[in-house]
Amino acid sequence: MNELSEKVLGGKQGALHLAILAVLLLVILPLCLDLFRLGLIGKYVTYAFVAISLVLLWGNGGILSLGQGMFFGLGGYCMAMFLKLEASDPISTKIQTTPGLPDFMDWNQIVELPWFWEPFKSLPLTLLLVLVVPVLLAFIIGMAMFTRRVGGVYFSIITQAIALILSILIVGQQGYTGGVNGITDLKTLSGWDIRTDSAKYCLYFMNAGLLILCIMLSRFILTSKFGMLLLAMRDKEERVRFSGYDVARFKIFIFCVAAMISAIGGAMFTLQIGFMSPSFVGIVPSIEMVIFAAVGGRMSLIGAVYGTLLVNFGKTIFSETYPELWLFLMGGLFIAVVMFFPDGLAGIYEKYAPHCSFSMLRARWLKKVPKVTGERQ
Amino acid sequence: MNPTEFILTIEDLTVSFDGFKAVDNLNLYIENNELRVVIGPNGAGKTTLLDLICGKTKATSGSIKFKNTELTRLAEHQIVRTGVGRKFQTPSIYENLTVYQNLEVSYPEGRSVIGSLFFTTTPAVKERVTRIADEIFLTESLHQQAALLSHGQKQWLEIGMLLMQDPELLMLDEPVAGMSAKERDLTADLLNRICKNRSVLVIEHDMEFVKKIAHKVTVLHQGKILAEGSMEKIQSNETVIDVYLGH
Repeated sequence: MNELSEKVLGGKQGALHLAILAVLLLVILPLCLDLFRLGLIGKYVTYAFVAISLVLLWGNGGILSLGQGMFFGLGGYCMAMFLKLEASDPISTKIQTTPGLPDFMDWNQIVELPWFWEPFKSLPLTLLLVLVVPVLLAFIIGMAMFTRRVGGVYFSIITQAIALILSILIVGQQGYTGGVNGITDLKTLSGWDIRTDSAKYCLYFMNAGLLILCIMLSRFILTSKFGMLLLAMRDKEERVRFSGYDVARFKIFIFCVAAMISAIGGAMFTLQIGFMSPSFVGIVPSIEMVIFAAVGGRMSLIGAVYGTLLVNFGKTIFSETYPELWLFLMGGLFIAVVMFFPDGLAGIYEKYAPHCSFSMLRARWLKKVPKVTGERQ
Repeated sequence: MNPTEFILTIEDLTVSFDGFKAVDNLNLYIENNELRVVIGPNGAGKTTLLDLICGKTKATSGSIKFKNTELTRLAEHQIVRTGVGRKFQTPSIYENLTVYQNLEVSYPEGRSVIGSLFFTTTPAVKERVTRIADEIFLTESLHQQAALLSHGQKQWLEIGMLLMQDPELLMLDEPVAGMSAKERDLTADLLNRICKNRSVLVIEHDMEFVKKIAHKVTVLHQGKILAEGSMEKIQSNETVIDVYLGH
């Protein structure tokens, strides 16, 4: 048990960093910010799920997926489908030609609920599918890529292409998916109105709590032998293979875990923001997520969360005042981070913080003390 | 001789790359506890031979039997699990891990995904790591990052990583390349020690080093065996002198 908590928290230092993050997200921010701003933080935190999935996959495993948005999106869509069905009860849709169907289906002359919407009538099944659908897709992609030893840039480009295909598919199948508008106008979760202030607070805390849990799960993976093998595979994949490990299985597994964590973020996004659209599935969001992880530090789970919060905060502030400059700034930021700080904010922290914060203050204090006593004498 | 006495039996092995036969109808038999050295000029097919045994390259035809298991049909990691270890020509270690971690990660347990997630370092593992670190002269660098080791130390570390797996057949591709004279002597001692209860197959160019370790020498030339026998026999063989050793 002791060993497990050690692994999950990542030692004294890791537990401290995790506690600081938890206090920030669960206490300080809710106390300091109004509900609108807190809602924005909640949205950023859903992206942080994807950022930590990239720390596992890219930072530690050396597998750069440029399509994590599709897992975020799939998780979000699964959740949105359930909420949409609940919002489309026959009474509130009685002006439609076929009441009881989601509005966009009615507009597209679809008169019967498509078969793949059926499971989303049940909440437990939906919660299961939020995890299962993205993991299944990741498993299929992983099987196809990793067992054929597709890796590096090729893997990145293929995941990007699949993300693009998925977003085009969603846009194109308007009658089944809500098209480019996405699934909107979501109201209740099993009768619980998610648009009220109390629900928004509740969902915010749930979201932040889940993020902490996902960080702990990731910590467990990274501190186990599996985590060490990930680093080893990033260094010398052949050596791992010729040490008796089935490299493809390890890669498929971590790709599936990363997909699952991203999907939880997506589902929480839908619940908090109240809609899901293809603009969170394609290439642009997927690459943005990589930038979040890179800025925060691709080797650090906690760093990736701060990176996501900071970049998005900057985005919100800058795009409110200089909307057209933001994209350039973001591009510049990414280039700067990759060129000068390959380990991101976490790398800078690791390099300077231990010297300047605690130990340096103590050293300064110790130096001053004899001076003071000397004067007294 | 009875074929079951051989740990490795290679028969009629051929591999062709676009018509070029890198290994051509090769027969090679390695006995238990034997240290065999394969020599030959560049392009003779030495490294290809190791690639074929460990599954990195698939054979065009022929058979490779390790303790009655046919290796040509197995995947790389399965071949390793039958008890074949292979060191690459350029030291192939995990630079971002410490020497200790390099050895620990090579321990042959927790090899499945789930197994590795719940693998715990038992005292037995620690004991094995320290013992092997001692054997490969790296006790003092145990907690150093592997990237900081010298070239020779990296070669030893990779041998150590193979020893962690305790293979019955150990294959080493130019283990003393880039080593100083002193390091070569230490490596010769190391190989003479570790071949006590396993078979070792070594590829090497350094004839002084070969003399120190070889039980038997095989000379490869253009994918075929040119000569085979004791070091003295090989050194006095006219054809070998002509194509490889020189006058």
